[in-house]
Amino acid sequence: MGMLRAIFSHPSGRIGGTIVLIYVVVAVLGLFDLTPHNPLQQYRIDRLHAPSIVYWMGTDLFGRDVASRLMKGVGQSFLVGVSAVALATIAGTILGLTAAWFGRLWDGLVMRIMDVLLAFPAILLALLIIAIAGPGTWTSVAAIAIVYTPIFTRVVRGPALSIKSREFVDAARTFGSSKSYILTRHLLLNLVAPLTVQVTLALAWSLLTEAGLSFLGLGTQPPASSLGLMLADSRNLMETAPWLLIFPAIAIMISILGFNLLGDALRDILDPKTRSRTA
Amino acid sequence: MTSLLSVSNLRVGFGHDPAKNEIVKGVSFDLAAGETMAIVGESGSGKSVTALSINRLVDFGGGKIIGGSIKLTRVDGSVLDITEAKEPVLEKIRGSEIGMIFQEPMTSLNPVLSIGTQIEESFRLHRGLTGRQATAAAKDALDRVRIPDATRRLNYAPNQLSGGMLQRVMIATALACNPRLLIADEPTTALDVTVQAQIMALLGELKRETGMAMIFITHDIGLVAGIADQIMVMQAGQAVEQGALSEVLDRPQHPYTQHLLSAVPHFESGRAARADFSRKEKETPALDVDGLVVRFKVKGSMFSRAQGSVHAVENVGFDLMPGETLAIVGESGSGKSTTARAILGLVKPTRGRFATHKGSITDATDPATQMVFQNPYASLNPRLRIDSILAEPVIAAGGRVTNETREKMKALLKRVGLPEDSLERYPHQFSGGQRQRLCIARALMLNPSVVVLDEAVSALDVSVQAKVLELLVDLQKEYGLAYLFVSHDMAVVERIAHRIAVLYAGQIVEIGNAASVLSNPQHSYTKRLISAVPSIDRRNQHFEIDTRQVPSLVRPPGFEPPEAQWREFGPDHRARAEA
Repeated sequence: MGMLRAIFSHPSGRIGGTIVLIYVVVAVLGLFDLTPHNPLQQYRIDRLHAPSIVYWMGTDLFGRDVASRLMKGVGQSFLVGVSAVALATIAGTILGLTAAWFGRLWDGLVMRIMDVLLAFPAILLALLIIAIAGPGTWTSVAAIAIVYTPIFTRVVRGPALSIKSREFVDAARTFGSSKSYILTRHLLLNLVAPLTVQVTLALAWSLLTEAGLSFLGLGTQPPASSLGLMLADSRNLMETAPWLLIFPAIAIMISILGFNLLGDALRDILDPKTRSRTA
Repeated sequence: MTSLLSVSNLRVGFGHDPAKNEIVKGVSFDLAAGETMAIVGESGSGKSVTALSINRLVDFGGGKIIGGSIKLTRVDGSVLDITEAKEPVLEKIRGSEIGMIFQEPMTSLNPVLSIGTQIEESFRLHRGLTGRQATAAAKDALDRVRIPDATRRLNYAPNQLSGGMLQRVMIATALACNPRLLIADEPTTALDVTVQAQIMALLGELKRETGMAMIFITHDIGLVAGIADQIMVMQAGQAVEQGALSEVLDRPQHPYTQHLLSAVPHFESGRAARADFSRKEKETPALDVDGLVVRFKVKGSMFSRAQGSVHAVENVGFDLMPGETLAIVGESGSGKSTTARAILGLVKPTRGRFATHKGSITDATDPATQMVFQNPYASLNPRLRIDSILAEPVIAAGGRVTNETREKMKALLKRVGLPEDSLERYPHQFSGGQRQRLCIARALMLNPSVVVLDEAVSALDVSVQAKVLELLVDLQKEYGLAYLFVSHDMAVVERIAHRIAVLYAGQIVEIGNAASVLSNPQHSYTKRLISAVPSIDRRNQHFEIDTRQVPSLVRPPGFEPPEAQWREFGPDHRARAEA
């Protein structure tokens, strides 16, 4: 509760939090098919209908309701983004923690591999992975997860190295506490703050990457809907039916803005230096 | 008006609403040219904030002066109110009229610039010197603070100099423009005692030479005795007592001053040593350490072999009886902490043998030896509740947290003087002294026979320090604990130790009965260490400036030190014969 209050009393947290909240509600509605129309239903007589009371955001070339497809697409992007970030967080945390704790050869090996992965631009690396594994929803989850794992590994390893040398870890070692106890209770628990910030920011990037992959036809496959796919479909009809382009584009933009604002707010709130200044 | 600096009713606040969050609540004083004033107080008393307000550095720390005036008489005789001065004027004043030295010399210098460049900067900015002239001036400045071989040292980077040397460099920089006022904010707190004595002696001499005024901030009332003319005692943002030095020290009026003076452990050359323990014949020691050697390899580059090793601990051996305190005394780099950490298994010893009274060789996880660390803020995990923290040793030893464990936690908390509801709280809700009590309670969870106290009271304020020491003595009597008390502070050691081992450059140079070692030190290093202890009784004593440095401990591969020669000075007191 204290956390929610802190977010909503932070100026950019208020905006970001609200956007993310609405985004999540829309995504959940879309995932459970609670849309105004069936997103796959083709209303042939209403093809390329402009936004109206019946079709809030108009219809596309096949007469499908854009609002319903948008909700479905938001749900799809959200599912991909969240699963990918969750995977990246788990993998990155484990790699970063063990690299920091065991050091030496393992640390060198892990961090050099991460350096190699980080050397590629995110979207290029994702493309490469999909080119090997073939397109599809779950391959794009895997691709995005692999792309963002190095970031989490780095975010975890740095602070873990510094916490490792703190006296309470030495104290734990003098009691003979087990490695897993020290790694989880002493290291991981103290990494919750930087991880939370990183997860929020990574969600924003992974939404963008997902949209990019779908736009290139390598993510979600038709007839399922996704924001990137909707943008791709709208390209040829940009002048006759601008609503096809505008609504998904706005959805992508606002959602990424929301997650970024929320991430910035969390960074301010969880940083002990700024916290002591405002408290 | 003859005073150099006149502060009246100064009030400073912090945060968004400075008026509500007042740290300094109406402080006034006058300082004449050439006079030294000491501001004494414990942490949080507002002593540093007061000093930082005088050159308005407090603005950069988020503080705001909300009332009062600071009137500085400038070189040309004009009087300036610093509280109302604009930043460009302040920049001129800082350095040229008010110099400042800080607590931590290691972080006050830029690590990538040579010290010569950094001293020259001061001359360039304030005196407009350039090139050769600036270099020559910098060399003179180093000579002035008695740094030997100044010309060569100008090219050194800060990491090539010891803490004491760096503090001298800081003083040289601060004095570069002959300021008429020098603010010294705990300039010796981060330094060893013998180095502290050197710096104090230097400041005293410079004061006489240059005739500058000085504001000396410290938490150690014993330290100011040799240098201050007047003294101001601060508590909770207010000056509770101010006056001439001997007036305040000999006839303290305010209860807090009296308390501070009585809480400071006065060093009494062994007269205050404990006499409540004597060794019995044929008792098995609680801890027996024999021939402990710890060496760290100096890494070569990727293609070359190791260059040798740092001999951090060299052939250290001692025994410790149940109920006895052995103090390991030495300065930084002497290997005292490494010894303690090796016994706890935190550092892998190169050679050596430990045994507890059970006769078994201890390993890293022996619950019979426990440790209390120096820094109470770093030794408790901030994210765990106190009950989880206290449960950790039990869980680590393979036990489960039962009702019995909880009862034990409550009993121990009560015993160390903490409220019972502490179990549901987090470390940040406790003060430094309370945290150290928590650490002691945690160490006692497994009924140890030996507790290693690594500088366990050094980070605490003096009055808290006295209470924690008292608690430690009580617990020792109650549970028959053996203490290995690692410390650099002779006055504290005198209060708690039965025996003392003096460590120098990784080796024990003198060991024996506390009263005997402190009253009649034999090794030259022990003598130096004892003569450096600050004390209010030594008000007029003149310190010699001693620039000897601890020798390098890096030895070539395969080096073995010669066998030690010991000389006996009484039944339980021996010292190493000096080569």
